[in-house]
Amino acid sequence: MTLHRPAFAAGARASVPVLLGVAPFGLITGVAMVASGIAPLVAMLMSIVVFAGASMVASAQLLASDTPALMVVLATLFINLRFMMYSASLRLHFAHASLGWRLVVAYLIADNVYGVLLSRVAEHPDSRYKLGFYLGAGVMVWAVWQAAVAAGVLVGAGMPAAWRLEFAAPLAFIAMSVPLIRDRAMLAAALAAGITVILAHGLPLRLSIPLAAITGIASGLTFERRPR
Amino acid sequence: MSLWLAFAGMALVTYGLRASFLLLPPGIETPPLLRRALRYVPAAVLTAIWVPELVVQKEVLVLSLENERLLAGAVAIAVAWRWRLTFVTIISGLGALHFFDWLL
Repeated sequence: MTLHRPAFAAGARASVPVLLGVAPFGLITGVAMVASGIAPLVAMLMSIVVFAGASMVASAQLLASDTPALMVVLATLFINLRFMMYSASLRLHFAHASLGWRLVVAYLIADNVYGVLLSRVAEHPDSRYKLGFYLGAGVMVWAVWQAAVAAGVLVGAGMPAAWRLEFAAPLAFIAMSVPLIRDRAMLAAALAAGITVILAHGLPLRLSIPLAAITGIASGLTFERRPR
Repeated sequence: MSLWLAFAGMALVTYGLRASFLLLPPGIETPPLLRRALRYVPAAVLTAIWVPELVVQKEVLVLSLENERLLAGAVAIAVAWRWRLTFVTIISGLGALHFFDWLL
């Protein structure tokens, strides 16, 4: 597997539509972290090292309410559990890449990048240039994300509240999750998770998220069409 | 101190999840049940992240037609379902939020 420059460029181009969702979400993440009392430079460092928006917004809120570090890490584990699924799926495509490239592929895993690669693989199943394509999309999403977070951190509380841009974060997650629902098992997983998280919303430490993950997975498995 | 501890833990856990399967040697197979179960994680977890943002306000469940976040969210869900485009979903959801805010 080689890193092919046209493939890298093709990946970067294919990521453009999702960048329009990445940028506002990054902006909101930057604003949310600073608003929860995290110093601007620490917020930026976190964005580069952790690079996972939903978990950073949730953790910033938990830290602001003096949650113990262990519980913040546990919430992060469940919110980011989906990266493990992407890792298992990407392994099918990149198992034979060098260790160095696999470490880079792992770092760049994000919901949108995975989605872009999946649609490419659906069109060109046997492409030799998947690695270049993935890295092109991944680097592009990473760079736009970091620029957007930096802008959010700088603007901070200066963002006019009347714009209600904080609502862009849940909207970005709606945009990512709704298109995943293509069969009844996936619908069952999403519905069960949604109902569980509402019923459990009063629990402390965001325990509603792990509970919702468990009931969602169990429902998905239950409603799968088994081959006979 | 607690901040740095949480920070280090988040970094380790998140990179660990990303690297997990990519670092396994090529010969090892993912157990089939685990692979099936992992398939549902994104739909379940992503949904669990946004649902409370629409229906929980200040720790209280608000399931009424006067909740403009719920109405705007419903518009965004319909748009995401029909067009599957991130940007269009975000813009229509924000537009709907301002519309319902003005209407109610």
